[in-house]
Amino acid sequence: MTHSHDRENDMTKAHRTGPALTRRATLRMMTAGGAIGLLAPNLLGQPALAQPAEPTGRIVVGLSQEPTVFNPLMPHIEVDDGVAFSLFDALFRITPEGEIVPNLAAEVPTVENGGLSEDGLEWRIKLRDDVTWHDGEPFTAEDVKFTLELITDPAFRAWRTTGHDLVRDIEVVSPTEITWRMEEPFAPYMSFLTETFILPEHILGAAEDPNEAAFNQAPVGTGAFKWGERQPGDNLTLVANPDYHGDGPYVEQLVFKYIPDMTVLYTQFRSGEIDLVGQAYITPDNYEEARTLEDREVTLVPRATVESIYLNQALPQFQDKAVREALYKAIDRKSIIDILYFGVPSEIETFMPPTSAYYNPTLPEHEFDLEEAARLLDEAGWVPGPDGIRQKDGVRLSFSNSTTTGAHLREQAQQFIQQTFGQIGVEMTIENLPPAVMWGEFWGQSQFDTAMVGITYLIGADPDVTNRFHSKAIAAQGGAGSNNAQYSNPEVDALLEEGARTFDIERRKEIYQEVQAIIREDLPFLPLFLYTNVYGHKAGMAGFEPNANTRTESWNAAGWYWN
Amino acid sequence: MAAFLFSRLLQSAALLVIVSIIGFTVLNLMPGGPLSQYALDPGMTQADIARISEQLGLNRPLYVQYLDWAWGLLSGDWGTSFRDGSPVIQVIARHVPATLLLMGSSTVIAVAVGTWIGIRGATHRYSGFDYVATVGAMIALSIPTFWFGLIGIYVFSLRLDWLPAGNMYTIGDGSVLNYLHHLIMPSVVLALVHIAIWSRFMRGATLDAISQDFVKTARAKGLSERRVVMKHVVGNALLPMITLAGVQVPSLLTGALVTETVFTWPGMGRLFLDSLGYSDYPVVMGLLMFSALLTIVANLVADITVALVDPRIRLA
Repeated sequence: MTHSHDRENDMTKAHRTGPALTRRATLRMMTAGGAIGLLAPNLLGQPALAQPAEPTGRIVVGLSQEPTVFNPLMPHIEVDDGVAFSLFDALFRITPEGEIVPNLAAEVPTVENGGLSEDGLEWRIKLRDDVTWHDGEPFTAEDVKFTLELITDPAFRAWRTTGHDLVRDIEVVSPTEITWRMEEPFAPYMSFLTETFILPEHILGAAEDPNEAAFNQAPVGTGAFKWGERQPGDNLTLVANPDYHGDGPYVEQLVFKYIPDMTVLYTQFRSGEIDLVGQAYITPDNYEEARTLEDREVTLVPRATVESIYLNQALPQFQDKAVREALYKAIDRKSIIDILYFGVPSEIETFMPPTSAYYNPTLPEHEFDLEEAARLLDEAGWVPGPDGIRQKDGVRLSFSNSTTTGAHLREQAQQFIQQTFGQIGVEMTIENLPPAVMWGEFWGQSQFDTAMVGITYLIGADPDVTNRFHSKAIAAQGGAGSNNAQYSNPEVDALLEEGARTFDIERRKEIYQEVQAIIREDLPFLPLFLYTNVYGHKAGMAGFEPNANTRTESWNAAGWYWN
Repeated sequence: MAAFLFSRLLQSAALLVIVSIIGFTVLNLMPGGPLSQYALDPGMTQADIARISEQLGLNRPLYVQYLDWAWGLLSGDWGTSFRDGSPVIQVIARHVPATLLLMGSSTVIAVAVGTWIGIRGATHRYSGFDYVATVGAMIALSIPTFWFGLIGIYVFSLRLDWLPAGNMYTIGDGSVLNYLHHLIMPSVVLALVHIAIWSRFMRGATLDAISQDFVKTARAKGLSERRVVMKHVVGNALLPMITLAGVQVPSLLTGALVTETVFTWPGMGRLFLDSLGYSDYPVVMGLLMFSALLTIVANLVADITVALVDPRIRLA
C-alpha cells in the first residue's frame, strides 16, 4: 500500500525492548567517557559518545514510499520530510520533548527577550551569522523574507498556509535580523515555523516559475547534507555538508532507499541491506521476531496519531449523547489492540498524544461493558424494533462504517466492532472504499456515516486543534477546516479561540486540558488507540532519536554516526 | 504497400485518440484525485486543498482538461508530474533503462529457452520431455508471478542467502557484477511465464510445419533429420513467432507491474503503479500513450516483416 494514510503498518508501542543498556554499550560508554570533554555536544546538548572527527561511512534508510518532492514548501508527504530535514533548516527546531530551540534563528523570540510584543503581534527574529548555503553563498534575512512571501504568493502551489497568511509587513532590518507583524495573535505559529524550511532567495528568486524550477529537482539548502544523486524509483543519496553550522554530520552519505513491499522492507532490515527501517516501519506482526534479531535495536515508539471511529454528527442517531456513549462502551478495544495489533499500540482517551506537554491525564478511562451500553440505550428510549435493531422516533440505530479497502487489520477490527454492536441491537454495515475515494470528497465533505481513521491532530507540538474541532472548520457546512465529524460546541469554540491568542504556556495548558475534557465527554469520535511504530536500526548506529513532534524518523540525521 | 501504410496510419491515429479519451475519462471518474493523499495532513485545511486544486486546473470541466492535455501532447508537451514536479517525458525516460535491462534479459532467456523447448517438444512429440514441458508450462502459466517472486526471495535470499531480495544494485556498489547479481532472480521469475508462452506457440508452429509436404520432400531427398528440422521446419515455424514478438516487444519498454514491485525494480511497471496510487494523471496518461504507441508500432512492424519474409502474404 503506497498511500500515506494507511497507517496499518505504523503500529508501535511504548517501551524499549530489552535492557536499555547492554553490557557492551556500557563498556563502550566507559571507554568513550574520557573523550567526552573533548568532543562537541550533539544537537540536543547530550554528551557525545564517539562521534568521528570526520564524516565516515554511510547510513541507508529504508522507506516504503518514495520521496519525490524536494521543495519543502510544496505539498508533500511524510517520507519527503526526512529529506527536507536533512537538506534544509527551519528557523527553529523542535526537540522530542516538545521544546522549541533555535536553528537558523539565533534565539527563540519571547516577550522577555524582546522578540515578541506583549500582544503577540510584533515579531523580531535574530538570525545566525555563520550559516552558508550549500553553494557557498551566505544565508541572510533576505532568504527568510523570500520564503515567507513565496508561501503566500497566489501563483505558488504552497503546502500549508495557515499562520503564514497572517504575516504582514516583513522587514529586513539587517542581514541577521528580520521583523514582521501578525494580523492577529496566533500562538501556534512558532510551532509551524519548525516545519517551515528556509529556501535560498538567490536561486529560487531568479526562477521564472518556482513551481517548476530546476531547483526543485536539485535543491540547495543549509542543512547537514547536500544533494547527491537520485536514482528515481530506487534511492536518493545525500552527501555530508562539511560546512554545516550545527553539530554533525558524522556520516559521509545518507541514503533513502525506496522499498515498496513491506515484507521486502523488513527482509532487507534482517539481511542488513538497510541500516534503519523508516516510514512505514516494521509491521506489528514482525515485531516479536524483529526483537530477537542479533545486532539490531528494535524499539516501540509512540506517535502522535490516534486511531478512532469518527461519528458524523449530522446523522440524527449521533446527535443523542447516550448513543455515542453507549457505542464507546460497546467497543472491546483491548482485544482489538492485543489480538489484531499484537499488543503494539496503546489505549488513549483523547486526541492529544501523551508525549505532549498539554496532555490531560485525568480523563475517564474507557470500559468495555455491553450491559451498561444496553442500559444507556434503554434509558434514552432506544428500544429494539421488530427486526431487533433499536429505534427511536422512527430513526433506526443503523449506520455504515468506512475505511480504506485492503487495510486488513482495520477490516478485521471493523468486523469485531460490528459483532459487539450487534449484541446491543445496533446495526453497523461495512462499506469500505479505495484510498483515493475514501479520502476525497467522501471524507472531506463528511459524506460518511462513521469512519475508521488514524489522525494526527497537532502540527509540530502545538496543541491548537481549531482545524479539527472548531464549528467554523466544518467543510461540509462551508467552513475552511477539517472538522470532518461536523462537531460543534460553543464552549470548545471559545476555548480554542482563546488558546490561539494565548502565548502563556501555563494558561494554554489549562485551556487545552479543558478542551480535552469536553471532547472526551462529547465523544465526537471514539478513540481506539494511539499509534505506535516499531522502529529498528543496526545496533552499531548511534545518535538515533525518535521525535513524535515531527512526522519523520530522519529529523536529526545530522546526529547519526557509526560506533 | 504505400496504400496499406497510409490506411494503417489513419487507423492508428484514430485508435490513439480513442484510447486517450477512454483513459482520460476513466482516470478522472475515479473520485478522490491527486490531492486526496493530503486529506489527513494535520496542517492542511480543506481551503488549502481547494486552492491547490484550482492552481493545478483540476476543477475545470473534464473536456477542457482533456483538450488542454491533448493539445499539449500534440505540441510535444506531455505535461508535468504532480508527484515529482518533473516533465512527464523525463519521468518516463528515467525509468526506461531499468525496464530495458530487466525485460531485455528476461526476454532473451524466454525466447532462447522457450524456442528450444518448443522445437524439441514438437520433434519428440509425446516423449517424456514433451509431457514434462507441457505440464511445466501449464504450471508456470497458472501460478501468479508474485508467488514465484516471493518464494524465490524466501528460498534464495532468506534461506540460502545466495541472491539479493530486490533492488537493482547495492547502494555504493555500481559494478556490472553487482547489477547481474540483482538481475538473476527477477529476470528468471519473469521469464518463467514467457518461456511457457513461447514454448507452447513454438511447439504448435513446429508441429504445423513438420506435417507439411515440403518437409516430407526434404526427408525424401535424404537430408539428415537435423538439417530438416533446422533448415526447413524451424525456418517456417518461426514465421508466426514474428507476430507473437510484435505483441511481446512493447512490454520490453512498458515493464512488468508485479515483478517490478516484488523485486523493487525501478522500472516502468513500478512507475505506473506508483503513479496510479498517487493519481498522478499526467504520468499515467503519458505511460498509457507511450505503451499504446509502442503496441501500434510493434504490430505494424511485425505485419510488414511477416509480409516481407513470407511471400504468400501480401499487404493491401
